[in-house]
Amino acid sequence: MDKPILTAREVTRAYTPDQGCLGVSLDVWPGEVLGIVGESGSGKSTLLRLLSGQESADSGSILFLDRAGTPIELTETPESALRYLGRTEFGIIHQNPRDGLRLRISAGGNIGERLMGVGNRHYGDIRAIAESWLTEVEIDPARIDGKPLHFSGGMQQRLQIARNLVTNPRLVFMDEPTGGLDVSVQAKLLDTLKRLVHDLGIAVIIVTHDMGVARLLADRLLVMKQGRVIESGLTDQVLDDPHAAYTQQLVASILQVN
Amino acid sequence: MQAELTGYNFAYLDEQTKRMIRRGLLKAVAVPGLQVPFGGREMPLPYGWGTGGIQVTASVIGSDDVLKVIDQGADDTTNAVSIRHFFARTAGVETTEVTEEASLIQTRHRIPESPLSEGQILIYQVPIPEPLRFIEPRETETRKMHALTEYGVMHVKLYEDIAQFGQISTAYAYPVLVNGRYVMDPSPIPKFDNPKMHQSPALQLFGAGREKRLYAVPPYTDVISLDFEDHPFEIQSWDEDCALCGATDSFLDEVIINDAGERMFVCSDTHYCRQNRDASDG
Repeated sequence: MDKPILTAREVTRAYTPDQGCLGVSLDVWPGEVLGIVGESGSGKSTLLRLLSGQESADSGSILFLDRAGTPIELTETPESALRYLGRTEFGIIHQNPRDGLRLRISAGGNIGERLMGVGNRHYGDIRAIAESWLTEVEIDPARIDGKPLHFSGGMQQRLQIARNLVTNPRLVFMDEPTGGLDVSVQAKLLDTLKRLVHDLGIAVIIVTHDMGVARLLADRLLVMKQGRVIESGLTDQVLDDPHAAYTQQLVASILQVN
Repeated sequence: MQAELTGYNFAYLDEQTKRMIRRGLLKAVAVPGLQVPFGGREMPLPYGWGTGGIQVTASVIGSDDVLKVIDQGADDTTNAVSIRHFFARTAGVETTEVTEEASLIQTRHRIPESPLSEGQILIYQVPIPEPLRFIEPRETETRKMHALTEYGVMHVKLYEDIAQFGQISTAYAYPVLVNGRYVMDPSPIPKFDNPKMHQSPALQLFGAGREKRLYAVPPYTDVISLDFEDHPFEIQSWDEDCALCGATDSFLDEVIINDAGERMFVCSDTHYCRQNRDASDG
């Protein structure tokens, strides 16, 4: 494809005149992983909520290209259509799986919810799809009737991924998907994510403050500070040769084990 | 029967309150299945005992109406007897136990077995009017889900039933789609009664006193029970017939009859059962 799947221009949502997300422009191309890094309060999560239609912008334009190639201006789309996009074209992975899962509904029900939300009414089909997705994210399919309440943090996060990917979204938003997990579980989750994103050719926007995660997953990187994008480029380029003073600090702050 | 009370307005509620409730009911009838808020009043009985149903009845009852009140199908249980007496004393209306003779039927948890006819009004007492409540505790969110017809989660509940029990085990308050638009909680009637709501010639009104919501199904409206293609909606069935009247087509209660744990199955609709027995005696 030769057109960006998502084009944002001068997107602004200011909580106070100099706080929030200020005049951010970006393009996301089909199949690429765009990383957004920056310190707490730099507007990363706000930007993500704006782009995914969960919050409305004060000004600016967000153009999304849907499956049929029709451009949709998200800032002018009614909420009903946004919510439908949210179930079909978008996936949203929350940092805390408890925000993105129904904890008292079985794993199968969690995965099936989006299918039923878009009109699937065949129990056998829904269950078969749920089972195959559990395998895909490396959860034992025997746990299909288990409740996420009794799953470990890593399993909950993987279930959240399956629940989002089941309707084949084309753009997935992730807000610090590895937050709160221990290092070995993080590594496994990142492996799974990398494989799925690569195999399915999904475009991903991932917000993180972990440079390691950015290095491993992201093709391109945006660095945000105080609501603005201060540097952008290929991940390796930004991390190996940071220009902005803040980015240099950020890169220098990565802990070196050896 | 005690004499009619004086010092109260006809049917207990004041006329302004009745007007407000009638206005809500008109809206509810105009948009089948939509939950309409109303300013619920304190009634002389506790929440959960039928305050919603009793306010609706008080608002639509007239001096020439004939009232029947049932609780779990029975005319002779505490709730039914006390509400029937309440209206006999505050409105002086005629009461009956015969389904066919009643112009108003207030019910808790059942629809009478005898088919209803045009001109009759069935008034349900509703504890929780919101069918989406089990999965979404926020009222703002459930309203939005109704507005945008986002009803996928209703099937999640049914999915959970099948996953856990191998069948749709929801046996009462079984969710229905009204007039192809709103998903509605039919109040805790057994799903056995769901098909009776579909294209019923009678007007069906629902009142939830604690939650202060009204909703309605006008006569001859589609009421479809939700299901899966490979697990279609089914009503309960029993291996036995009614031990008293021998009915094979009615909803049966299991009653323990002695300390040895012996049990019998009898019609939950007492009027229907008596009618059958009278017919076979006669």
